[in-house]
Amino acid sequence: MRRRVAENLTAYGFLSAALLCFAVFSWYPIARGVVLGFQQVDFVAAPTWVGWENFERLFADPLFAVAWRNTLLFTVLALVFGFAVPFLLAVVLNELRHFKAYFRLVVYLPVMLPPVVAALVWKWLYDPGPGLLNTALRGLGLPGLGWLDDTSTSMLSLVLVATWANLGTATLVYLAALQSIPGELYEAAELDGAGVLRRLWHVTVPQTRFVLLVLLLLQVVATMQVFTEPYVMTSGGPQDSTVTVLLLLYRYAFYYNDFGTASALSLLLLLVLGAFTALYLRVTRRADA
Amino acid sequence: MRTLVAPGRSRTGYAIALTATAIVVTVVFVLPLLWVVISAMKPAVELARVPPTVLPLTWQPETYVEAWRLMDLGRYFLNTIVVAVGTWAVQLAVDVPAAYALSRLKPVLGKGILGMMLLTLMMPAAVLLVPTYLTIADLGLLNNPVALWLLGAANAFTVFLLKRFFDQLPVEVLEAAKIDGAGQLTLLWRIVLPLSRPILAVVSIFAVVAAWKDFIWPLLVFSDPARQTLSVALQRFAPDTPVDLMLAGLVLASAPVVGLFLVFQRHVLAGLTAGGVKG
Repeated sequence: MRRRVAENLTAYGFLSAALLCFAVFSWYPIARGVVLGFQQVDFVAAPTWVGWENFERLFADPLFAVAWRNTLLFTVLALVFGFAVPFLLAVVLNELRHFKAYFRLVVYLPVMLPPVVAALVWKWLYDPGPGLLNTALRGLGLPGLGWLDDTSTSMLSLVLVATWANLGTATLVYLAALQSIPGELYEAAELDGAGVLRRLWHVTVPQTRFVLLVLLLLQVVATMQVFTEPYVMTSGGPQDSTVTVLLLLYRYAFYYNDFGTASALSLLLLLVLGAFTALYLRVTRRADA
Repeated sequence: MRTLVAPGRSRTGYAIALTATAIVVTVVFVLPLLWVVISAMKPAVELARVPPTVLPLTWQPETYVEAWRLMDLGRYFLNTIVVAVGTWAVQLAVDVPAAYALSRLKPVLGKGILGMMLLTLMMPAAVLLVPTYLTIADLGLLNNPVALWLLGAANAFTVFLLKRFFDQLPVEVLEAAKIDGAGQLTLLWRIVLPLSRPILAVVSIFAVVAAWKDFIWPLLVFSDPARQTLSVALQRFAPDTPVDLMLAGLVLASAPVVGLFLVFQRHVLAGLTAGGVKG
């Protein structure tokens, strides 16, 4: 009995620093975030309760709907590119028996770059005049695009950067999943007369379904929080076409010092992402069982 | 091993696929980076030319030195190193004993604590931005790298990876040391840590790289320009710095993490799939 107490004391001694860090920087902020959403908070006066006022202010802000629409557009576009491209790339790389180390290295290289560097580099590549992208388009005999300067392509441009910078992770995770598919399944399917596309659809996809689903959900949660690219590359422009939810949240908190309204927006974001997170939990739970 | 396409069916087809993939992958992922490294050595006037020159007409490698001097990059490198190395050290010092306790000492409520920690992984980071910022401000830690160190220590994923590794260590080794009269601290330091090199390497690299790449937290914490990290400083300089100097600065700021990756790529890529999604 006494030994058990002593062991527990040692264990909590080992845990104390971590418990303190989690309490101050994770658990307490979670609770505080909920409270803040219903308070008026600035650095000037003491916080006061304002009920749903922060939410009403948000709904009255014309940028609120714009920010959600833009974020949704970013998420959908990021899924089209960021989900399909790494999977297909992984499928192709899995077939190749040469330069394996090189492909892995190169695909993952942009993931190492600080996102600010990637954003500033691409801002320069997007330059409609001497930029590399328009130079390439003109080289192919096509007209150049406005990229970041044009409301119709600005969001797409941000998606391309984010995809370029991040797809290495997904590609390598898929590649690992593909390597665990038993070869007999392909042989059996081939004997049954299934062509490459049908084998891809009926063997590869079902065999990697779990990983695909998990990364899909994680990606939705990550892309809904997009901030660095619009903040660094466009500041939300042109004409608010790249104002995302997080950019709006940042403006409320750090331009207007209205931390209450910013927190109200966090809570709304939490509601939306919570649905995806719950889904993610259900998927991973079922796979564990 | 048998994959989607039957092997050896068509030699020419394979060669074409290999070449095409190699070209596309290189053009998409390597070319833009090489383009930046080379273009930084062109004079600003030459960079404005349409169409751009492929190789510099006038080579100016000294732009890199100039960028370092004009933007005072040494200061921001130092700030970033303080953040990255501090985050790494504090994260290990805090999370290793915690993971060891949860894995081996199994205290009362241990499972509940782990659950509460993992719960924070489910919280979207953006949602905690404002309350965590205000908490940092309350503690008087604005403009202080300690804020980022402690924030980095509250990393449930690191605790989880370490705990899972400690769970798999052979019980006999630990029991033998215990019989020899070793205390838990000695046990952790002398026996467990040397056995845990692989996971410590993975966790360390991810901690340093994540700290080096981080933007939003340093942006919020360091309003004082003299304290800012490279990412924050570079985006502040970007609007009114000549292009050639800016490009050189971007290359210099990325060099340490890219170098780290090239040296430790095996650890990085192994850690990616080990800790990845299965968790």
